[in-house]
Amino acid sequence: MTTKTLSREADCRGLTRRQLISRSFAASAGMIIGTGYLAAPDAAWAYEATALKPETMATLVRMARDIYPHDRIGDEYYVVAVKGYDTAEAAAEIEAGIAALNAAAQGAGFASYADAGWEDDRVAILRGMENSPFFQKIRGGLVTGFYNQKEVWPYFGYEGESFSKGGYIDRGFDDINWL
Amino acid sequence: MVAKFDLNDDSVVLVIGTGSGGGVLANELAQKGVKVVALEAGGRYLPEDYINDEWESFGQLAWTDARTTSGDWRVAKDFPGLPAWIVKAVGGTSIHWAGASLRFQEHEWKARSTYGHVAGANLIDWPIDAAEMAPWYDKAEAKLGVTRTGDRPGLPGNNNYKVLEKGALALGLKEVHTGRMAINSIDYDDRMSCQQTGFCFQGCKWGAKWSAAYTDIPRGEATGNLEVRDRCHVLKIEHDDKGRVTGALYADKDGNQHFQKARVVCVAGNSIESPRLLLNSASAMFPDGLANSSGQVGRNYMRHVTGSVYAVFEKPVRMWRGTTMAGIVQDHARFDASRGFVGGYELETLSLGVPFMAAFLDPGGWGRGFTSAMDGYENMAGMWIVGEDMPQETNRITLSSTVKDQYGQPAPDVHFDDHPNDIAMRNHAYKLGQEIYMAAGATRSFPTPPYPSTHNLGTNRMAENPRDGVVNKHGQSHDIANLFISDGSQFTTGASENPTLTIVALAIRQAEFIAGEMGKQAL
Repeated sequence: MTTKTLSREADCRGLTRRQLISRSFAASAGMIIGTGYLAAPDAAWAYEATALKPETMATLVRMARDIYPHDRIGDEYYVVAVKGYDTAEAAAEIEAGIAALNAAAQGAGFASYADAGWEDDRVAILRGMENSPFFQKIRGGLVTGFYNQKEVWPYFGYEGESFSKGGYIDRGFDDINWL
Repeated sequence: MVAKFDLNDDSVVLVIGTGSGGGVLANELAQKGVKVVALEAGGRYLPEDYINDEWESFGQLAWTDARTTSGDWRVAKDFPGLPAWIVKAVGGTSIHWAGASLRFQEHEWKARSTYGHVAGANLIDWPIDAAEMAPWYDKAEAKLGVTRTGDRPGLPGNNNYKVLEKGALALGLKEVHTGRMAINSIDYDDRMSCQQTGFCFQGCKWGAKWSAAYTDIPRGEATGNLEVRDRCHVLKIEHDDKGRVTGALYADKDGNQHFQKARVVCVAGNSIESPRLLLNSASAMFPDGLANSSGQVGRNYMRHVTGSVYAVFEKPVRMWRGTTMAGIVQDHARFDASRGFVGGYELETLSLGVPFMAAFLDPGGWGRGFTSAMDGYENMAGMWIVGEDMPQETNRITLSSTVKDQYGQPAPDVHFDDHPNDIAMRNHAYKLGQEIYMAAGATRSFPTPPYPSTHNLGTNRMAENPRDGVVNKHGQSHDIANLFISDGSQFTTGASENPTLTIVALAIRQAEFIAGEMGKQAL
């Protein structure tokens, strides 16, 4: 799902920034969590959870960001990377995994994983479970689910295919000028 | 007019696999008037079909049949189901290869004599030498259009090369250039010149890089002597009561099984599938597998000492632009035991796109240590290490007792333990690679672990003495006169060079031998 698709969904539901804020009961990582949905505070995108609880989805997105933090890439791409788990088949395993994550956070003195305000604290919780099948499933899935989104490539400066533009023979294959 | 041969035509040479070994052999035989049936497990993809997107292309081309791994090599931990990154398609891994085309150095044909006894290594000399191979290398270089050989100019250096060159020259290294590449620097042999597009590993959409897929295969077919059957996976080679092979049983694209009779069988399925096929062809007469009286089938698996060094600079490099591997430092390819290891290594430019960089830079890595490296992607330069690894009897392809492929046959297990010499060489190369980039101004560098093997070698090796290996100096099996090995699995030792040029040279030479023996009715 692309940014545009996400935005269109938000538009279809007619969610405005005011409505989102008024309907939200918790905010995390720049997201607004409403009944059944996650959204950007400015309503640029929204995602409606279908099988997972919205707070589970929000924690999963938080976890994804903590595993592969890129501060200048928006939550929507992390949502895209993990939304494949929001299915009837996967939900039980993900709910259990996030419950275990929250339990580990509670063991570390936080109300929940998302309630740990510092990334270092959350990462310490993740380090404690990094060999678990749940963690490795989420991490492994992100390698392709996150980095293989063409929409995030420009952030890394990566240009993708160039065949359609005739390659780089006249477009800077040897243009380095600072050596 | 593409030939069509009957299943019962026992006058044909049957070639199994159509890559740099089998594809070239099939064409060379066809050019000499020999009738050839080539069976290829994969489908046909031509430049217009190649996809310049790393994961999509992988899905199109990679050999992803069931395989297992064991041993202490890092690949077994990082990619347990993917020991090798090779291609299942007409043209084989010549679609994916980077094009680096280097001759073995003279001493590398005689590794045992040159290096002496190396504990734990099963080293022997090749039964052939540099003088014997020189004319065949000439033919191979002309076929592939290798730059900086003949009168073919070198490729221009891209940004990634310029960084490598600056750092290497700053350290006083001397043998630094844009490589001898089977990628056209000028139009050659009906193929256009390189357009600096990147994505060399995904199949060259311009056809500037040599691949059997769109050179040897169609040219062989044009003779009317070659029939290539794609999506035909060979299950078993059979033999008669005299112990001569009679043909092969294969499954076609619909899973229907057929038996193609043959006068000669040439196996070229890469160093994992070739020994696997011999082992899976065990019979009452050959209970340990075909051509295996030495017990060496599947053993001495080599995959080169590899690794990568990536580094981040203050300003953009954009390493993905241009020819991926047109850049090399050869100073350490020499033999110099004072470095603490035998054999040598090359450093060659390399780049990956963001999707593969995320998978391969530090497999399993996460958190800011990893993502801050990825954040430097645009400013990154990269190089690959390729060096000679030691053949070890215990590094081997065996048949899995638990995992089966889609045809119900035992999957191959790829076992590899690093030899101490391999580790010493890799560490030396990592250190030099990082020093090169620091000398060019890098702020941070990464000694990246090996990828799934692209250079799979040695599992049906060539040996003078039938006790030491599987085939003789023509790639003909010691045990069965009409059974040949025609791929990199016949390598006695790996040398420090990318293997394709040598595979091609051996295939051209083998075609001459087979056609000659057939003419003399010796086969």
